[in-house]
Amino acid sequence: MERNLTHIALFAALIAILGLIPKIDLAGGVPITAQSLGIMLCGTVLGAKRGALAVLLFLALVAAGLPLLSGGRGGIGVFASPSVGYLVGFPVAAFVIGWLMERTTLAAGPAATLASIIGGIGVLSVFGIIGMSVMLERTLPEAAFLAGAFLPGDLIKTVIAGFVTQGLARMRPASLLSRA
Amino acid sequence: MLTLTSPVETWAHPLPAGLKLAALALVTTGLFALKTPLPLGLACLATALIYLSCGKSFATNGLRLLWPLWPFVLIVGLWHLWTASPAEGATIILRMIAAVAMANFVTMTTRLSDMLAVFQWLARPLRPFGLSPRRLALACALMVRFIPVMLDRFGQISQSWSARSSRRPGWRVLVPVTLAALDDADRAAEALRARGGAG
Repeated sequence: MERNLTHIALFAALIAILGLIPKIDLAGGVPITAQSLGIMLCGTVLGAKRGALAVLLFLALVAAGLPLLSGGRGGIGVFASPSVGYLVGFPVAAFVIGWLMERTTLAAGPAATLASIIGGIGVLSVFGIIGMSVMLERTLPEAAFLAGAFLPGDLIKTVIAGFVTQGLARMRPASLLSRA
Repeated sequence: MLTLTSPVETWAHPLPAGLKLAALALVTTGLFALKTPLPLGLACLATALIYLSCGKSFATNGLRLLWPLWPFVLIVGLWHLWTASPAEGATIILRMIAAVAMANFVTMTTRLSDMLAVFQWLARPLRPFGLSPRRLALACALMVRFIPVMLDRFGQISQSWSARSSRRPGWRVLVPVTLAALDDADRAAEALRARGGAG
């Protein structure tokens, strides 16, 4: 019980610090925010239920007024902005990624990348696109076009999520709770 | 840790947080029911007046919080200029600004602890599923406390990378950072159990 609670709390903190470090050059000079990488890692490392709860805890503290979203955004206002779909999709994405991790028999690295592509890009984009189309009164294809701007960065992040998960699996297999 | 709550005490600070959130929900629903630019423009004006009633520095801070919306304003603005439907574009942009600004106002005038108290109250129906208010409070406190700890850890790991390599630390430092988070979680769990558990 205590272990579940501390894992959820510390991974919520991990999402936060990945949004706070702007200078991390993940892909040879292209500055991309690592926050959604934190969402992916919640799923691949903690598994479906704990991963989604960690993301929910993170969002609760953002809504309560901590400026923890990348770019120092926070408060209830972000839930009224056009990017609200992505925020709603975050916990669902973590859940789907964790669910897939728990069920595939692939090696940890490829499994994490694949799960992140399906959950962190596929599922998350559906939520993000619906959110933008409602808030900006766009048709779904128009909103999908706007969402396409995030695609290259997100693909890089899924690969990194795979490498990090593989690194954890190799150094300490027991640390991957999604595979426990 | 800095919160978004304004350090300038305003008339809205002493109001109960639950009341402000309920009012915000009503106002936001109302904004989405308006379909023409004129009433939405008045709503924006009213929002601006509310901000100004709290003083100039408070209003400037409020404006700064609206800054992340500029890409959306630009895209919607250009789109509707191109399709020659400025009224629809103005409706969308004014509604977005008014809704976000009103929500920011509630955040800026409510202390983090008051907001979390409302969340705990809202989470009461989840108690049968294992989410007791005590556990929620504990998880929030742990997360807030571990953000600076993990930022320090991240800095140390990046420095030890730099001491060994001429290349810049990239994504590779994330493996030890994540491992450290897992270890910290295990140790915090042991410490909690030794002090009577998470209840």
